[in-house]
Amino acid sequence: MSYLYICMFLMFLTTYLIRVIPIGFVRKKMENLWIQDFIYYIPFSVLSAMTFPDVLYSTTATGAEPHISVSAIVATLVALVLAWRKRGLVLVAIVSVLVAIAVELLMPLLF
Amino acid sequence: MNEFIRGIKRGFPICLGYIPVSFTFGLIAVKMGFTPAQATIISLTNMASAGQFAGIRLIEGGAPYIELIITTFVINLRYFLMSLSLSQKVAPDMPFYKRAVMAYCITDEVFALASMEPDEVSFPFFGGLMLTPILGWTSGTLLGAVASGLLSPMVQGCMGIALYCMFIAIIIPPACKSRKVALAVVISAFLSCMFKYVPGLNELSKVGGGGWAIITAAILGAAICASIKEVKRRRKAATAERSDA
Repeated sequence: MSYLYICMFLMFLTTYLIRVIPIGFVRKKMENLWIQDFIYYIPFSVLSAMTFPDVLYSTTATGAEPHISVSAIVATLVALVLAWRKRGLVLVAIVSVLVAIAVELLMPLLF
Repeated sequence: MNEFIRGIKRGFPICLGYIPVSFTFGLIAVKMGFTPAQATIISLTNMASAGQFAGIRLIEGGAPYIELIITTFVINLRYFLMSLSLSQKVAPDMPFYKRAVMAYCITDEVFALASMEPDEVSFPFFGGLMLTPILGWTSGTLLGAVASGLLSPMVQGCMGIALYCMFIAIIIPPACKSRKVALAVVISAFLSCMFKYVPGLNELSKVGGGGWAIITAAILGAAICASIKEVKRRRKAATAERSDA
Protein backbone atom coordinates (compact mmCIF):
# COMPACT_ATOMS: atom_id res chain seq x y z
CA MET A 1 0.00 0.00 0.00
CA SER A 2 2.59 2.53 1.04
CA TYR A 3 4.87 1.34 -1.79
CA LEU A 4 2.21 2.47 -4.26
CA TYR A 5 1.77 5.90 -2.70
CA ILE A 6 5.50 6.51 -2.44
CA CYS A 7 5.79 5.57 -6.13
CA MET A 8 2.97 7.94 -7.07
CA PHE A 9 4.67 10.74 -5.16
CA LEU A 10 8.06 10.03 -6.78
CA MET A 11 6.51 10.13 -10.27
CA PHE A 12 4.93 13.48 -9.50
CA LEU A 13 8.10 14.92 -7.96
CA THR A 14 10.40 13.82 -10.81
CA THR A 15 8.04 15.06 -13.52
CA TYR A 16 7.42 18.40 -11.81
CA LEU A 17 11.07 19.18 -11.06
CA ILE A 18 12.00 18.60 -14.72
CA ARG A 19 9.35 21.12 -15.73
CA VAL A 20 9.87 23.78 -13.08
CA ILE A 21 13.66 24.12 -13.03
CA PRO A 22 14.17 25.72 -16.48
CA ILE A 23 11.18 28.07 -16.54
CA GLY A 24 11.48 28.86 -12.84
CA PHE A 25 15.12 29.85 -12.86
CA VAL A 26 16.09 30.93 -16.40
CA ARG A 27 15.22 34.62 -16.47
CA LYS A 28 17.73 35.93 -18.96
CA LYS A 29 16.79 36.17 -22.60
CA MET A 30 19.29 34.13 -24.55
CA GLU A 31 21.40 36.41 -26.76
CA ASN A 32 23.17 33.70 -28.72
CA LEU A 33 21.52 33.33 -32.13
CA TRP A 34 22.38 29.63 -32.42
CA ILE A 35 20.64 28.90 -29.09
CA GLN A 36 17.63 30.98 -30.17
CA ASP A 37 17.34 28.93 -33.36
CA PHE A 38 17.88 25.69 -31.47
CA ILE A 39 15.03 26.54 -29.10
CA TYR A 40 12.84 27.58 -32.02
CA TYR A 41 13.23 24.14 -33.62
CA ILE A 42 12.75 22.13 -30.39
CA PRO A 43 8.93 21.84 -30.45
CA PHE A 44 8.98 20.52 -34.01
CA SER A 45 11.89 18.15 -33.50
CA VAL A 46 10.54 16.73 -30.20
CA LEU A 47 7.03 16.12 -31.53
CA SER A 48 8.37 14.66 -34.76
CA ALA A 49 10.77 12.30 -32.96
CA MET A 50 7.94 11.18 -30.66
CA THR A 51 5.54 10.56 -33.52
CA PHE A 52 7.78 8.69 -35.97
CA PRO A 53 7.98 5.74 -36.11
CA ASP A 54 5.90 5.09 -32.96
CA VAL A 55 2.62 6.15 -34.59
CA LEU A 56 2.81 3.05 -36.81
CA TYR A 57 2.65 0.84 -33.69
CA SER A 58 -0.03 2.88 -31.94
CA THR A 59 -3.15 0.90 -32.87
CA THR A 60 -1.98 -2.37 -31.33
CA ALA A 61 -4.88 -3.92 -29.37
CA THR A 62 -4.49 -3.66 -25.59
CA GLY A 63 -2.67 -6.64 -24.19
CA ALA A 64 -0.88 -7.51 -27.47
CA GLU A 65 2.83 -7.04 -28.23
CA PRO A 66 3.30 -3.66 -30.08
CA HIS A 67 3.57 -4.17 -33.84
CA ILE A 68 3.19 -2.14 -37.04
CA SER A 69 -0.31 -2.54 -38.45
CA VAL A 70 -2.10 -1.62 -41.67
CA SER A 71 -4.73 0.30 -39.70
CA ALA A 72 -2.04 2.57 -38.25
CA ILE A 73 -0.38 3.14 -41.63
CA VAL A 74 -3.67 4.09 -43.29
CA ALA A 75 -4.78 6.29 -40.37
CA THR A 76 -1.38 8.05 -40.33
CA LEU A 77 -1.62 8.81 -44.06
CA VAL A 78 -5.14 10.18 -43.56
CA ALA A 79 -3.89 12.32 -40.64
CA LEU A 80 -1.00 13.66 -42.76
CA VAL A 81 -3.35 14.66 -45.58
CA LEU A 82 -5.85 16.27 -43.18
CA ALA A 83 -3.06 18.16 -41.40
CA TRP A 84 -1.66 19.28 -44.76
CA ARG A 85 -5.16 20.63 -45.58
CA LYS A 86 -4.88 22.53 -42.24
CA ARG A 87 -7.70 20.73 -40.40
CA GLY A 88 -7.91 21.20 -36.60
CA LEU A 89 -6.37 18.95 -33.95
CA VAL A 90 -9.60 17.35 -32.81
CA LEU A 91 -10.89 16.58 -36.28
CA VAL A 92 -7.58 15.00 -37.28
CA ALA A 93 -7.47 12.92 -34.08
CA ILE A 94 -11.08 11.71 -34.26
CA VAL A 95 -11.04 10.91 -37.99
CA SER A 96 -7.84 8.89 -37.67
CA VAL A 97 -9.20 6.83 -34.79
CA LEU A 98 -12.34 6.10 -36.82
CA VAL A 99 -10.26 5.22 -39.90
CA ALA A 100 -8.11 2.87 -37.82
CA ILE A 101 -11.19 1.14 -36.40
CA ALA A 102 -12.73 0.86 -39.89
CA VAL A 103 -9.56 -0.72 -41.29
CA GLU A 104 -9.34 -3.15 -38.36
CA LEU A 105 -12.94 -4.19 -39.03
CA LEU A 106 -12.44 -4.51 -42.81
CA MET A 107 -9.13 -6.37 -42.78
CA PRO A 108 -10.51 -9.79 -41.74
CA LEU A 109 -13.18 -9.49 -44.48
CA LEU A 110 -10.60 -8.82 -47.20
CA PHE A 111 -8.00 -11.44 -46.36
CA MET B 1 -9.36 38.60 -18.60
CA ASN B 2 -9.47 38.65 -22.40
CA GLU B 3 -6.18 36.80 -22.51
CA PHE B 4 -7.58 34.15 -20.14
CA ILE B 5 -10.63 33.59 -22.36
CA ARG B 6 -8.44 33.46 -25.45
CA GLY B 7 -6.34 30.83 -23.69
CA ILE B 8 -9.40 28.72 -22.89
CA LYS B 9 -10.53 28.87 -26.52
CA ARG B 10 -7.09 27.85 -27.77
CA GLY B 11 -6.81 25.05 -25.20
CA PHE B 12 -10.20 23.47 -25.70
CA PRO B 13 -9.24 21.31 -28.72
CA ILE B 14 -6.42 19.85 -26.60
CA CYS B 15 -8.97 18.98 -23.92
CA LEU B 16 -11.04 17.05 -26.46
CA GLY B 17 -7.98 15.30 -27.85
CA TYR B 18 -6.86 14.29 -24.36
CA ILE B 19 -10.06 12.46 -23.54
CA PRO B 20 -9.49 9.35 -25.74
CA VAL B 21 -5.84 9.12 -24.65
CA SER B 22 -6.47 9.50 -20.93
CA PHE B 23 -9.46 7.19 -21.32
CA THR B 24 -7.05 4.51 -22.52
CA PHE B 25 -4.75 5.27 -19.58
CA GLY B 26 -7.65 4.83 -17.14
CA LEU B 27 -8.61 1.53 -18.78
CA ILE B 28 -5.10 0.11 -18.60
CA ALA B 29 -4.48 1.32 -15.04
CA VAL B 30 -7.62 -0.39 -13.75
CA LYS B 31 -6.71 -3.55 -15.64
CA MET B 32 -3.37 -3.48 -13.82
CA GLY B 33 -5.09 -3.27 -10.44
CA PHE B 34 -5.15 0.46 -9.71
CA THR B 35 -8.41 1.91 -8.41
CA PRO B 36 -10.15 4.59 -10.52
CA ALA B 37 -9.26 7.16 -7.82
CA GLN B 38 -5.57 6.22 -7.90
CA ALA B 39 -5.48 6.36 -11.72
CA THR B 40 -7.12 9.79 -11.66
CA ILE B 41 -4.67 11.08 -9.02
CA ILE B 42 -1.74 9.88 -11.14
CA SER B 43 -3.16 11.79 -14.12
CA LEU B 44 -3.83 14.91 -12.07
CA THR B 45 -0.35 14.99 -10.52
CA ASN B 46 1.64 14.02 -13.64
CA MET B 47 -0.09 15.42 -16.73
CA ALA B 48 2.28 13.24 -18.77
CA SER B 49 1.10 10.60 -21.21
CA ALA B 50 4.09 8.38 -21.99
CA GLY B 51 5.59 8.86 -18.52
CA GLN B 52 2.40 7.69 -16.83
CA PHE B 53 2.01 4.61 -18.99
CA ALA B 54 5.60 3.59 -18.25
CA GLY B 55 5.21 4.46 -14.56
CA ILE B 56 2.20 2.25 -13.89
CA ARG B 57 3.85 -0.62 -15.76
CA LEU B 58 6.88 -0.35 -13.44
CA ILE B 59 4.76 -0.02 -10.28
CA GLU B 60 2.74 -3.07 -11.29
CA GLY B 61 5.99 -5.01 -11.66
CA GLY B 62 7.12 -3.83 -8.22
CA ALA B 63 10.16 -1.98 -9.61
CA PRO B 64 12.61 -0.36 -7.16
CA TYR B 65 12.14 3.36 -6.49
CA ILE B 66 15.34 4.29 -8.28
CA GLU B 67 14.26 2.57 -11.50
CA LEU B 68 10.94 4.39 -11.37
CA ILE B 69 12.70 7.73 -10.89
CA ILE B 70 15.20 7.14 -13.70
CA THR B 71 12.57 5.97 -16.19
CA THR B 72 10.23 8.85 -15.36
CA PHE B 73 13.16 11.24 -15.64
CA VAL B 74 14.29 9.99 -19.05
CA ILE B 75 10.83 9.77 -20.61
CA ASN B 76 9.93 13.23 -19.37
CA LEU B 77 13.27 14.88 -20.08
CA ARG B 78 11.79 16.51 -23.18
CA TYR B 79 9.73 18.72 -20.86
CA PHE B 80 13.02 20.20 -19.71
CA LEU B 81 13.66 21.44 -23.24
CA MET B 82 10.08 22.69 -23.58
CA SER B 83 10.30 24.49 -20.24
CA LEU B 84 13.60 26.07 -21.30
CA SER B 85 12.01 27.17 -24.55
CA LEU B 86 9.03 28.67 -22.68
CA SER B 87 11.37 30.55 -20.31
CA GLN B 88 12.27 32.60 -23.38
CA LYS B 89 8.64 33.34 -24.20
CA VAL B 90 7.52 34.76 -20.84
CA ALA B 91 8.27 38.23 -19.44
CA PRO B 92 11.71 38.14 -17.76
CA ASP B 93 10.24 39.73 -14.60
CA MET B 94 7.39 37.21 -14.21
CA PRO B 95 7.42 36.12 -10.53
CA PHE B 96 8.45 32.60 -9.52
CA TYR B 97 5.04 31.49 -8.26
CA LYS B 98 3.44 32.15 -11.65
CA ARG B 99 6.25 30.24 -13.37
CA ALA B 100 5.76 27.40 -10.87
CA VAL B 101 2.06 27.19 -11.75
CA MET B 102 2.75 27.24 -15.51
CA ALA B 103 5.42 24.54 -15.12
CA TYR B 104 2.81 22.07 -13.87
CA CYS B 105 1.08 21.93 -17.25
CA ILE B 106 3.95 21.99 -19.73
CA THR B 107 2.65 19.07 -21.79
CA ASP B 108 3.55 18.36 -25.42
CA GLU B 109 0.35 19.87 -26.78
CA VAL B 110 -0.02 22.82 -24.39
CA PHE B 111 3.61 23.68 -25.02
CA ALA B 112 3.15 23.36 -28.78
CA LEU B 113 0.26 25.81 -28.81
CA ALA B 114 1.99 28.23 -26.42
CA SER B 115 5.12 28.26 -28.56
CA MET B 116 3.10 28.99 -31.71
CA GLU B 117 2.07 32.32 -30.11
CA PRO B 118 3.66 35.14 -32.11
CA ASP B 119 4.25 37.30 -29.00
CA GLU B 120 5.16 36.88 -25.36
CA VAL B 121 3.09 34.28 -23.46
CA SER B 122 1.21 35.92 -20.57
CA PHE B 123 0.22 34.22 -17.32
CA PRO B 124 -3.57 34.62 -17.85
CA PHE B 125 -3.28 33.21 -21.38
CA PHE B 126 -1.32 30.17 -20.24
CA GLY B 127 -3.71 29.74 -17.30
CA GLY B 128 -6.66 29.61 -19.71
CA LEU B 129 -4.72 27.38 -22.08
CA MET B 130 -3.99 24.75 -19.39
CA LEU B 131 -7.40 24.76 -17.68
CA THR B 132 -9.52 22.58 -19.97
CA PRO B 133 -6.71 20.14 -20.89
CA ILE B 134 -6.25 19.41 -17.15
CA LEU B 135 -9.99 18.76 -16.83
CA GLY B 136 -10.01 16.62 -20.00
CA TRP B 137 -6.97 14.60 -18.94
CA THR B 138 -8.26 13.81 -15.43
CA SER B 139 -11.93 13.27 -16.30
CA GLY B 140 -10.95 11.11 -19.28
CA THR B 141 -8.85 8.94 -16.98
CA LEU B 142 -11.74 8.56 -14.56
CA LEU B 143 -14.17 7.72 -17.37
CA GLY B 144 -11.81 5.11 -18.82
CA ALA B 145 -11.21 3.59 -15.40
CA VAL B 146 -14.93 3.33 -14.67
CA ALA B 147 -15.93 2.22 -18.19
CA SER B 148 -13.19 -0.40 -18.31
CA GLY B 149 -14.55 -3.47 -20.05
CA LEU B 150 -17.16 -1.71 -22.17
CA LEU B 151 -14.82 -1.39 -25.16
CA SER B 152 -13.18 -4.20 -27.09
CA PRO B 153 -9.35 -4.40 -26.97
CA MET B 154 -9.33 -3.57 -30.71
CA VAL B 155 -11.19 -0.28 -30.18
CA GLN B 156 -9.05 0.51 -27.13
CA GLY B 157 -5.94 -0.07 -29.25
CA CYS B 158 -7.16 2.17 -32.07
CA MET B 159 -7.73 5.03 -29.62
CA GLY B 160 -3.99 5.03 -29.01
CA ILE B 161 -3.38 6.71 -32.36
CA ALA B 162 -5.30 9.86 -31.35
CA LEU B 163 -2.33 11.33 -29.47
CA TYR B 164 0.08 10.91 -32.38
CA CYS B 165 -2.37 12.31 -34.90
CA MET B 166 -2.69 15.41 -32.74
CA PHE B 167 1.08 15.79 -32.94
CA ILE B 168 0.84 15.44 -36.73
CA ALA B 169 -1.86 18.12 -36.85
CA ILE B 170 0.39 20.42 -34.81
CA ILE B 171 3.63 20.06 -36.76
CA ILE B 172 2.53 19.60 -40.39
CA PRO B 173 0.88 22.99 -41.12
CA PRO B 174 3.95 25.03 -39.99
CA ALA B 175 6.19 22.57 -41.86
CA CYS B 176 4.24 23.24 -45.06
CA LYS B 177 4.80 26.97 -44.59
CA SER B 178 8.50 26.92 -43.70
CA ARG B 179 11.12 24.75 -45.34
CA LYS B 180 13.37 25.06 -42.28
CA VAL B 181 10.65 23.68 -40.02
CA ALA B 182 10.00 20.90 -42.53
CA LEU B 183 13.70 20.03 -42.44
CA ALA B 184 13.65 19.87 -38.62
CA VAL B 185 10.61 17.56 -38.76
CA VAL B 186 12.16 15.26 -41.38
CA ILE B 187 15.62 15.06 -39.75
CA SER B 188 14.20 14.30 -36.29
CA ALA B 189 11.79 11.67 -37.65
CA PHE B 190 14.65 10.08 -39.62
CA LEU B 191 16.95 9.99 -36.58
CA SER B 192 14.17 8.60 -34.41
CA CYS B 193 13.67 5.77 -36.94
CA MET B 194 17.42 5.12 -37.03
CA PHE B 195 17.45 4.75 -33.24
CA LYS B 196 14.66 2.22 -33.52
CA TYR B 197 15.84 0.08 -36.42
CA VAL B 198 19.58 0.33 -37.03
CA PRO B 199 21.37 -2.46 -35.15
CA GLY B 200 23.61 -1.03 -32.46
CA LEU B 201 21.87 2.35 -32.50
CA ASN B 202 18.61 0.70 -31.47
CA GLU B 203 20.09 -0.21 -28.08
CA LEU B 204 19.23 3.40 -27.20
CA SER B 205 15.49 2.85 -27.64
CA LYS B 206 15.54 -0.23 -25.42
CA VAL B 207 16.54 1.70 -22.29
CA GLY B 208 14.40 4.19 -20.39
CA GLY B 209 11.19 3.29 -22.24
CA GLY B 210 12.44 4.92 -25.46
CA GLY B 211 13.01 8.28 -23.75
CA TRP B 212 16.72 8.48 -24.61
CA ALA B 213 16.07 7.81 -28.29
CA ILE B 214 13.47 10.58 -28.50
CA ILE B 215 15.52 13.14 -26.64
CA THR B 216 18.67 12.39 -28.68
CA ALA B 217 16.82 12.54 -32.00
CA ALA B 218 15.13 15.80 -31.00
CA ILE B 219 18.32 17.51 -29.77
CA LEU B 220 20.32 16.40 -32.82
CA GLY B 221 17.53 17.46 -35.21
CA ALA B 222 17.20 20.94 -33.69
CA ALA B 223 21.00 21.34 -33.42
CA ILE B 224 21.56 20.40 -37.08
CA CYS B 225 18.92 22.89 -38.25
CA ALA B 226 20.26 25.67 -35.99
CA SER B 227 23.78 24.99 -37.31
CA ILE B 228 22.65 25.14 -40.95
CA LYS B 229 21.10 28.52 -40.21
CA GLU B 230 24.27 29.66 -38.47
CA VAL B 231 26.39 28.73 -41.51
CA LYS B 232 24.03 30.64 -43.80
CA ARG B 233 24.14 33.65 -41.47
CA ARG B 234 27.95 33.69 -41.51
CA ARG B 235 28.09 33.31 -45.27
CA LYS B 236 25.65 36.20 -45.65
CA ALA B 237 27.69 38.36 -43.27
CA ALA B 238 30.86 37.53 -45.21
CA THR B 239 29.24 38.49 -48.53
CA ALA B 240 27.92 41.73 -47.03
CA GLU B 241 31.40 42.56 -45.75
CA ARG B 242 32.93 41.94 -49.15
CA SER B 243 30.38 44.14 -50.92
CA ASP B 244 30.98 46.88 -48.32
CA ALA B 245 34.69 46.88 -49.18
